[in-house]
Amino acid sequence: MKDLIRKLTESFGPSGYESAVRELITSELPRGVETRIDPMGSLIVHRKGTGGGKRVMLAAHMDEIGVCITHVDQKGFLRFGGVGGVGLLPLQGGRVRFANGVIGAIGVEKLEDASRIPAMEKFYIDVGATSPSDCPVAVGDVACFDRSCEDLGARVVAKAMDDRIGCAVLLQTLKDLGKSPHDLFFVFTVQEEVGLRGAMTSGFSVEPEIAIAVDVTLTGDTPEGPHMAVSLGAGPAIKIKDGGMLSHPGIKDWLIRTAETAAIPFQREVLTAGTTDASTIQVSRAGVPSGCISIPCRNVHLPSEMIDYGDAEGAVRLLTAALSGPIDIEEGRGGL
Amino acid sequence: MLLQRLSEANGVSSREEEIRSIILEEIRGRVDACRIDGMGNLIATKRGTGSSPLRVMLAAHMDEVGLMVTLAEDNGLLRFSKVGGIDDRVLPARAVVIGEKRVPGVIGVKPVHLTERSERDKVMEWKQLAIDVGATSRAEAEKLVQRGDCAVFATDYRELAPGRSSCRTVQGKAFDDRAGCALLAALLGERYAFDLIAAFTVQEEVGLRGARIAAYAESPDAAIVLECTGANEVPTTRDVSPSTRLGGGPSITIRDNSFIADPRLVELFTGTAADRGIPHQFKQPNIGGTDAGAIQRTRSGVPSITVAVPARYIHSPAAIMDLNDFDNTLALAREALHRLPRAISA
Repeated sequence: MKDLIRKLTESFGPSGYESAVRELITSELPRGVETRIDPMGSLIVHRKGTGGGKRVMLAAHMDEIGVCITHVDQKGFLRFGGVGGVGLLPLQGGRVRFANGVIGAIGVEKLEDASRIPAMEKFYIDVGATSPSDCPVAVGDVACFDRSCEDLGARVVAKAMDDRIGCAVLLQTLKDLGKSPHDLFFVFTVQEEVGLRGAMTSGFSVEPEIAIAVDVTLTGDTPEGPHMAVSLGAGPAIKIKDGGMLSHPGIKDWLIRTAETAAIPFQREVLTAGTTDASTIQVSRAGVPSGCISIPCRNVHLPSEMIDYGDAEGAVRLLTAALSGPIDIEEGRGGL
Repeated sequence: MLLQRLSEANGVSSREEEIRSIILEEIRGRVDACRIDGMGNLIATKRGTGSSPLRVMLAAHMDEVGLMVTLAEDNGLLRFSKVGGIDDRVLPARAVVIGEKRVPGVIGVKPVHLTERSERDKVMEWKQLAIDVGATSRAEAEKLVQRGDCAVFATDYRELAPGRSSCRTVQGKAFDDRAGCALLAALLGERYAFDLIAAFTVQEEVGLRGARIAAYAESPDAAIVLECTGANEVPTTRDVSPSTRLGGGPSITIRDNSFIADPRLVELFTGTAADRGIPHQFKQPNIGGTDAGAIQRTRSGVPSITVAVPARYIHSPAAIMDLNDFDNTLALAREALHRLPRAISA
């Protein structure tokens, strides 16, 4: 899966411009699945079940954060706004890459107070142009951060691990999964970073009985880091709640039972901010019991997102095991 | 002139009746069917020639930003709350008209003689302000105005440079989005290949509320939102974007805070503009939002775009718009609609 992770994370795909990622994923799909692209651009992969199972939607988002050009000034410098929640701290001196391959260096205006992080309006991108007429990019063009994927052994660091690691987990699950009674919809969504927009419409059209998102989550294991009981390397995290969703208790229990039975290390995740595609699928149409499997990740929304390879492999094993057998989300709940 | 009538009419979000009746009267002979939905959206259908299976929604919002009277004080002054995005700085000392009866009033402000210098350095928050309708008691005020009545700025529509063809600027309130309503009414004069659904929506300014249900009910294959968008051309020393410019032609949205436009539709509009020699501009990305944000994410998703007439000083008592931009937006939209079936397949 490491080669897949490298290819996915090095692809270009800021929100709204996911086509390169979609094409890569399509080329990696195993035989025997049906695919379609919905009106928003999400890729919906249908793997038919052997019968008697449920209609399950699995979602991972293809898009990544980035920047969007808002103005080209008379000297050819570019002003920009964020695409999704872009961290300001690493902008200065960073590099971005446009869809046409153009590389830009990020600079910042002379600052009155160097001890404070300047607003995004103070930064600019320099693509080596000297005027609007020789500038190879235009207003409205988007760029991703330019960073290679590096294999550190147990850990992997790359841009866009959020959520290409989820895409990799879904693809690997598709490859590894044997017989399943369930009608499975592997949905690679668009525009998650700008407001869960792709999952809103694909959740409506797939109309699942059960939904699980696979996305990254934060960790509490870094120096003087936030208080959070999730660490890199302790296994995939089964979400209890986040800033936008309370996981369906039956889904959470089913995933925990599966992990325990298959002896897959896992962590319980309680995230105080942020959310995933699952939160919008959960409230689509008449409601969908939903949960989330998270891959712990450091430096989320910064150009060097780091994950533990074993956690990603564990997520694949957990999903594969969970989808191989019957799904009971009412066990021990007295029929809800 | 329709634009003038629409601009001078009162239609704060949720109180769009006056606008709706002007539009109904205007379009009645041009459409095949018309209905008013549960929220007040006016939805008209114009059947296509039958050569395209598409259903295309064109949307423009009828409502404008304004003020709602919340309470009459003992001395007859009226407290109010804001409806939609209005900058507190544009409120003090404005003449307004309230409700269907168009009761005149003024948002009061202390005369300069009675203010301390420190007061003049601060922006009065809307909560500190009151509308004065000349009543001297609560009872007298309540005879004129009911709680819940809406006030708009008292602004006449006027041409600023009559007789000049290079610059046909007009001044008025509520061009956002009466300009879009006037465009949509004009576009209904022609028949297209596909079934056209014209949605004159309510409550856009308070959260795209009308468009959401209009799109759900009509389930279109594509949507074009006709809007009026801000231009900020006051010179500064910084070389930054004015967002749009008057006279620069129709503004095409690639991305705003509510949605990312469908790239096929962006290509349709820019390609049509280039072929026809119609000037056009891109709105500065990441600014504002329109009904497209709601329509795009209805049901399984609807390819959407926003095309707008630029205007300076929108959401204030008096905006300035160039009718050349209006006419160019109309020409571009009309031609793009005829080409649309080739850009989007059902």
